[in-house]
Amino acid sequence: MDLTLKIWRQASANDKGRFVSYKVNNVSADSSFLEMLDVLNEDLVIKGEDPVAFDHDCREGICGACSLYINGRPHGPDRGITTCQMHMRHFKDGETITIEPWRAKPFPVIKDLMVDRSAFDKIIQAGGFISVRTGGVPDANAIPIPKRDADLAMDAAACIGCGACVAACKNASAMLFVAAKVSQFALLPQGRVEAKERVQKMVAKMDELGFGNCTNTYACEAECPKEISVANIARMNREFLVAKVAAPKDK
Amino acid sequence: MTKVMYASITKKIVMSLMGLFLITFLVVHLSLNLLILFDKSLLKFNQAAHFMATNPVIQLFQWVLFLGFVIHIILGVVLQIQNWMARPIRYERKGSSELSYFSKFMIHTGAIVLIFLVIHFANFFIKAKTGHIDEITYDQGTYENMGQLVVTLFKDGWYVAFYVVALLLLGFHLEHGFQSAFQSLGLNHTKYTPVIKAFGTVFTIVLTLGFIAIPLVIYFS
Ligand code: FES
Repeated sequence: MDLTLKIWRQASANDKGRFVSYKVNNVSADSSFLEMLDVLNEDLVIKGEDPVAFDHDCREGICGACSLYINGRPHGPDRGITTCQMHMRHFKDGETITIEPWRAKPFPVIKDLMVDRSAFDKIIQAGGFISVRTGGVPDANAIPIPKRDADLAMDAAACIGCGACVAACKNASAMLFVAAKVSQFALLPQGRVEAKERVQKMVAKMDELGFGNCTNTYACEAECPKEISVANIARMNREFLVAKVAAPKDK
Repeated sequence: MTKVMYASITKKIVMSLMGLFLITFLVVHLSLNLLILFDKSLLKFNQAAHFMATNPVIQLFQWVLFLGFVIHIILGVVLQIQNWMARPIRYERKGSSELSYFSKFMIHTGAIVLIFLVIHFANFFIKAKTGHIDEITYDQGTYENMGQLVVTLFKDGWYVAFYVVALLLLGFHLEHGFQSAFQSLGLNHTKYTPVIKAFGTVFTIVLTLGFIAIPLVIYFS
């Protein structure tokens, strides 16, 4: 298939940036979206032009490095997958595909389609961990956990931190990401110990970094490659409310 | 460093509590309005209006209600401005993710409902408070004829059109707002959330049609 790509080019964080159109011909419908971009980049290198910078790593849908806002949707048109897992068969021959970086104040563009997502790391550093000495590996099932809770925690932990929720949200809110991270701990006994502090610290960091507020549009859930449920956001709201109302204040 | 005074979630929780509170007010308001349709002499409506205007508990509650409006509106605007600021550079291609449709227009529907509210306030509340209302005497006593004021206004086609449009937008606002309030309060449940959503939609339709029916019936009768 032959395609026209309308790609955001921006030389550096300080550059103004603009869209540039490229033609790519003979794209196999079986190639992945990133392979298609690789082909374009090889062409550009041969021509002596600067290749398009985009994030990627595992190309297996598990690391969360790839991004791209494709035709108005993070990770492109298919549901429940990352850009690296999306194939060109979802597009039509002759189509013009618009490719943009994630847009959010806390995710500044580094170059072209790459954005700095370290804001997510900062939120994790604010409380997305458990401060216990782990010691040796404990026996399995030493701490009884109901299957349902274990499953829900596992579902929340499926978040790969790609930032599609922020990119999809009309408010650039990071609530689904933070809620997944809060939930995976809140559901398990090891995480309960610091649960009240954790939710407050992570939410405070999220606000401070300039992410928007959740207005329950649920676009995040629709675009999440791991299909994390907005029920996690409700859980975080609940945790937050309880922590604010019921937690003893520090001296 | 900017110090965030209230966390985003705190604002959302207050926002949703105020929203639900304002919905209870709408229910009371509609029930009173409907009295107009069921009593040609307007006696029942005028009695109800008199009760609302003189009962001390209601008088006190009026201020609570006013406060509820102010908080809901101010928070709504603050949240919206922060949300706009969170994406300084917009996307070229409009977002096409599936989402709760009317959530996109909460600030717009809210703004128009606010304009309606101001006009509505001037038409009824201020007039009633500053005493520009004719009186009417029944066997049961003399009352300010609020009912007649309503009927006169609802004979004006432009006013009726404006009223209907504003109330439809209020319906759109509630369609998203009702279920959204529960989510903000942390109430999301596999079994009950679909029930809340369905109830919210039915409730919104009934409430909106109820409000809209009154001017239409009066205008066309
Ligand atoms: S590159 Fe690892 S998830 Fe796409």
